[in-house]
Amino acid sequence: MSASNLPLSFVNNPSPARWFRFDPDRTVHLAVGKVEIGQGILTALMQIAAEELDVPLAAIRMLAGDTDAAPDEGTTSSSLSIEVGGASLRLMAAEVRARMLERAAQRLNCAASELAVVDGAVYRNGAPTGQDYWSLAPDVDLLRPADGRTAPKPPSAYRVVGHSVPRLDLPAKISGAAFIHDMVRPNMLHARILRQPARGARLAALDETAIRRAAGGELQVFRLGNFVALLSPHETVAERAGAAAPLHARWENVRRLTSAQQEAAFLLGQPSEDRLIGDPPQPVSGEMVEARYTRPYLAHAAIAPSCALAESRGGHLSVWSHTQAVYPLRASLARVLNRPAETISVHHVQGAGCYGHNGADDVALDAALIAEAMPDHCIRVQWRREEEFGFEPLGSAMVIAVRAVLDASGKPIDWTQEIWSGTHVARPAMGGNMLAHEALPTPPPEPRPTDPPEAAGGGGTRNAIPHYAIPARRILHHLVPGTPVRTSALRGLGALPNVFAIESFMDELALRIGADPLAYRLEMLAEKPRAARVLTRAAEMAGWSRRGPGGNGHGMGIGFAQYKNRSAYAAVVAEVEAEREVRLRRLWCAADAGLVVNPDGARNQLEGGMLQAASFVLKEQVTFGETGVSSLDWQSYPILRFSEVPEIACELIEAREEPALGVGECALGPTAAAIGNAVAHALGVRIRDLPFTRERIASALLRL
Amino acid sequence: MRIELIVNGTAREVSAPPNTPLLDVLRNTLNLKGTRFGCGLAQCGACMVLVDGEPVYACMREIGTLAGAQITTVEALDGHPLRAAFLAEQAGQCGYCLSGILMSAKALLDRNPSPSRADIVAALDRHLCRCGTQWRIIRAVERAASLLREKAVP
Ligand code: FES
Ligand code: FES
Repeated sequence: MSASNLPLSFVNNPSPARWFRFDPDRTVHLAVGKVEIGQGILTALMQIAAEELDVPLAAIRMLAGDTDAAPDEGTTSSSLSIEVGGASLRLMAAEVRARMLERAAQRLNCAASELAVVDGAVYRNGAPTGQDYWSLAPDVDLLRPADGRTAPKPPSAYRVVGHSVPRLDLPAKISGAAFIHDMVRPNMLHARILRQPARGARLAALDETAIRRAAGGELQVFRLGNFVALLSPHETVAERAGAAAPLHARWENVRRLTSAQQEAAFLLGQPSEDRLIGDPPQPVSGEMVEARYTRPYLAHAAIAPSCALAESRGGHLSVWSHTQAVYPLRASLARVLNRPAETISVHHVQGAGCYGHNGADDVALDAALIAEAMPDHCIRVQWRREEEFGFEPLGSAMVIAVRAVLDASGKPIDWTQEIWSGTHVARPAMGGNMLAHEALPTPPPEPRPTDPPEAAGGGGTRNAIPHYAIPARRILHHLVPGTPVRTSALRGLGALPNVFAIESFMDELALRIGADPLAYRLEMLAEKPRAARVLTRAAEMAGWSRRGPGGNGHGMGIGFAQYKNRSAYAAVVAEVEAEREVRLRRLWCAADAGLVVNPDGARNQLEGGMLQAASFVLKEQVTFGETGVSSLDWQSYPILRFSEVPEIACELIEAREEPALGVGECALGPTAAAIGNAVAHALGVRIRDLPFTRERIASALLRL
Repeated sequence: MRIELIVNGTAREVSAPPNTPLLDVLRNTLNLKGTRFGCGLAQCGACMVLVDGEPVYACMREIGTLAGAQITTVEALDGHPLRAAFLAEQAGQCGYCLSGILMSAKALLDRNPSPSRADIVAALDRHLCRCGTQWRIIRAVERAASLLREKAVP
């Protein structure tokens, strides 16, 4: 590989010693910067290392996400851990193996090319040489930076990569302590936070006596400006204090919200930063058609509340966090706490699935603020369920207007996707503020929202350019900085709403000319064989030919996207029954993710993405009350239940000679679109606003 | 106040106010961390344990009501076919919801060794899984049931 296209994690951590250590107990210590968030990444990375080094999986001990002892790989997001982290690790392991063999060749007085490695031991012409990685390691310089020139194995030689391997982390998770929530440290205090209702609010009065009475045990109240924490050695006492505190606090200068603001359409009237991306507008003749799609604000709604531990000893601050970004979190903490980053360590400990930027970073600052002021205690902060729903950053609402000019055959020749959205990335290291920072005596300036650039896949614009052969395609992006609530990264960013809009519109266009939606798409994918293949395969799996005329309460729909227009391809078919409400019966998915490291792990991710997308589009919307988010529990924010889960079938297209692509996010948009198209097919009328609630179905049927 | 709880077959004496939630005592006093906090509102099922064989939300159940009752947590599933079945199906993503789900599944299999898919769904419907692993979980419970039946046939 030439130096210019080396993967980022490799470039930023060029010393093999940063990644690998060969321990005397014949294990390989592997440190990585990407972290486990329920997606199975550590298992896949371990496979890659075992493959390139030719060591057994069982010999590898992994450490992930640690500012003291693991490489800096930025943030674990955007389905890039396999594409960037995995590619870096592959090159690095290949380099380590080559250096080991070079040393062995010197010792054995032969050429490195005569040597092979089996289970970490060096062989020559099939015979053991007495040399192995562990005997060689003291003599091999792993500190010297690697240049990426050592070629990794060809995929045709793979024995570990490409085979399903059980998840490393699962046994502990189904039998006992496994999560950050389960950590216990000496001198530990449980803390709950009284949250500032919003930026700018001032705590005018706090009835500590009443809170202590409700707590019913040993309680400390910690206050710094408008940041208040309630601490106790007993978790139940802290929890009761946390539940009571909002009732005994009086805030001034609280911003007010209305329920109108919870609707996506509210964005239309707001000031925005506007950009045109893609082909410039041009006069085209033909029939112009237009439709507008929306999706509301969504919650990540992790099943566990956010949690962090922090302790300050001898001037050093240690923080344990389920953040997606240990090094960026350390830098953000250093900025807020005004101390050198070297005086802070951030250690990743696994939490529940996060699906993007949730409260993980915020709660780490909560814990760090208290720990700094109370040295020699371990401060364990766990958010309350209401706090998680009320204060985590949300996935932005979006409005998407699609306009197309059609040629005489009914195909689009000019496509404009006009988008109104809040930002999709307000991580603390990318311009966002951590919540508690805004409650401190000197709050930071209001963040100026930005969105990831298109080169990084875009935010609101992610997947806004249709994959189909259309002569002119463009995006008009209105980034609304003043969303009523904080918004940030939710699994796939703008991809789900954009794919929902594009693929719904494609079906509407096909319907205008009475074309089969699958055939209509395939005609515009003649030059895109990988796209065509997943669509065709998903349709075959589903038995597309039995689709029927629709309009009778039974529907089948299809949806497709190539994630970020350059990552994994996924096509999904949905089968629904829809009369007064939608019952999702079955989902089929065919995906092409290039070389797949752990096929079962990848299918698990695809299935999870499909069910989460189904939950988003069938059920979810964050609601607002006067003082903030009002959907504060699982009753007011329902998600998909067991009784609503469809049967699922998932297939990976064999493409092992193609680069490995992440699969965590690629199926969400196609699933949302497939369900939407199936609902329209079943009802005989289109619903363009998410979620597909009973009310929306009832009012759509009135239009029939 | 001292209360005697029988947890996973062992009598454990606990001194805590009788209105302390069972979940707190399991996690923080008895150091049984497998039972998880999700909502504290009896809405998600992450904290599910068995009390005298019946699924109970440990986040809401006060220990004062449990003197002499048999409490079973996920730690007691060592060697149970449910564990093997969940691993065989790789029925988990983040895994946070699983210990509660395993307990409801155990209660189901204890009273019905041959549950239909509808039985399984009904038994698990109080549980939320945000990762979307439900489909695999249903299959894992089916597999556990068949493992149990195989074991029962000598
Ligand atoms: S934690 Fe008990 S039901 Fe959610
Ligand atoms: S596996 Fe993550 S919530 Fe169920």
